[in-house]
Amino acid sequence: MNHNVDVLRKDFPLLAQTARGKPLVYLDNSATSQKPQCVIDALQHYYSHDNANIHRGVYELSERATKEYEDVRVLVQQFINAKSADEIIFVRGATEAINLVAASYGRTNIKAQDEIMISAMEHHSNIVPWQILCEQTGAVLKVIPITDEGEMDLDAYQKLFSSRTKLLAFAHASNALGTINPAKEMIRIAHSHNVPVLLDGAQAFPHMPVDVQDLECDFYVLSSHKAYGPTGLGVLYGKSELLNAMPPYQSGGDMIESVSFEKTTYNKLPYKFEAGTPHIAGVIGFGAAIHYMQKIGMQQIALHEQELLSYATKKLSAIPDLRIIGTAKNKVGVISFVLKGIHPHDIGTILDDQGIAVRVGHHCAMPVMQRFNVPATVRASFGLYNNVSDIDALCEGLNEVKRLFA
Amino acid sequence: MSALRQLYQEMIIDHGKRPRNFGTLPDATHHKEGFNPLCGDRLTIYVSEKNNVVEKICFEGSGCAISVASASLMTEVLQGKTRAEVEAIFDDFHELVTKGHNVVLEDRLGKLAVLAGVAEFPARVKCAILAWHTLKAAMADDAGTVSTE
Ligand SMILES: Cc1ncc(COP(=O)(O)O)c(C=O)c1O
Repeated sequence: MNHNVDVLRKDFPLLAQTARGKPLVYLDNSATSQKPQCVIDALQHYYSHDNANIHRGVYELSERATKEYEDVRVLVQQFINAKSADEIIFVRGATEAINLVAASYGRTNIKAQDEIMISAMEHHSNIVPWQILCEQTGAVLKVIPITDEGEMDLDAYQKLFSSRTKLLAFAHASNALGTINPAKEMIRIAHSHNVPVLLDGAQAFPHMPVDVQDLECDFYVLSSHKAYGPTGLGVLYGKSELLNAMPPYQSGGDMIESVSFEKTTYNKLPYKFEAGTPHIAGVIGFGAAIHYMQKIGMQQIALHEQELLSYATKKLSAIPDLRIIGTAKNKVGVISFVLKGIHPHDIGTILDDQGIAVRVGHHCAMPVMQRFNVPATVRASFGLYNNVSDIDALCEGLNEVKRLFA
Repeated sequence: MSALRQLYQEMIIDHGKRPRNFGTLPDATHHKEGFNPLCGDRLTIYVSEKNNVVEKICFEGSGCAISVASASLMTEVLQGKTRAEVEAIFDDFHELVTKGHNVVLEDRLGKLAVLAGVAEFPARVKCAILAWHTLKAAMADDAGTVSTE
């Protein structure tokens, strides 16, 4: 399918509105994406016609809800090319997926003096769970440094391994810098040291084809809401050998096989990790989002966003006193920048006045801000519906910022 | 004047770029660091107080135009004020930037009234108030860093 942005934009009702009296220019897709009508319709249809609890009703309605829910599990499996649908666990988001691994895998496999490796470009959600695990177990956190371009320092990475390295977790793509990390190569190196790898795909999954078997990652986490789906839902993919050996994360209904006061046996995968009534509507809405992305094609989406990225990089670089933070060769459609002498917070307010939504701040990646010695940045991030006019509006907006501060 | 122009008036841009009383105060009797974790603004306020009067007040740090201008104007206005006066101005200022235009308050606050436009931008009220909360904590001699969160 041809990527006709003008046509695709019509699928997103929210984009038609004005902000501060101007046409909305939405450039905060790394924070969350807007939703196409088909996702909104799927949620409405579920609540209007199919709502029932799953995995327990003997009546038709529950069977229908269960089937729709489980169909999405298979859809996700195929979409990221997991070996089996049992390896797809529905959780609240990328954050919960990481916490699940840290708590369940971590508690059983990490001991005092062990080393957990992360990188200097992680989102707080891929830092803090590991810090807590270290505090609880006496393990040590090791941090892979990044270069001035915002790329992983691969030499330093290789040297960081020791016989005590027990787990590696890093971003497939960075939310603050846009860097796409050489995940496959890094995972191969980690595996040569027998170190399992969690890949944080929150910022990669919506923007490129993902194949977990090709990557050979042991865990992959993602959030639905950044990929045109509902909020409150994410996915943990894990290799079944690892997931099978892990204890439950939360406990309650659905995750058990049998319960007596003497002994409880746990359900099999994936239900062992889905305690309680899950976000059924969210899962079904996410299914619609995946169908939507599939219809366009992930290659096509990636291509479109890469074109926007190079156009925006060129245009922004031409603005005097503008410095782009994160100039890696391989990037998703994310541009972080600062303007000399003008604080990002002021830039955000002035752009907002022109209907332009960007993120300003530390992007939940304070260590990245420290690395580049800036208190904060402005970040524009693209989705499949952004177009060249959005970027022109951003550049015009920045000229207005400069006029005001002249 | 648009709400944005009201917010970024010349005086604010000027104080944001060229803050007055910027630097440390070696003989400060009180000092305190304030931090806004949302945007990374970090200001330290230094006060030297004698007989219940603010003899000298300075600040340093970095932040957006609103927080730096607010700190700069604060140091100008509070010089020579008694503790009781400082408290009264704090209350007036707080009310102005959270509730918006008010002729009585603006009259009492003098040049600080230039920050009245902040009330139209709820996300920016914390920027305007950071220096003030930090000052209050400094004069109360609380330990630790003040955070707007
Ligand atoms: C790289 C990265 N990892 C994890 C997360 C956390 O995602 P969520 O808040 O949806 O759980 C984000 C969200 O911004 C992110 O950018």
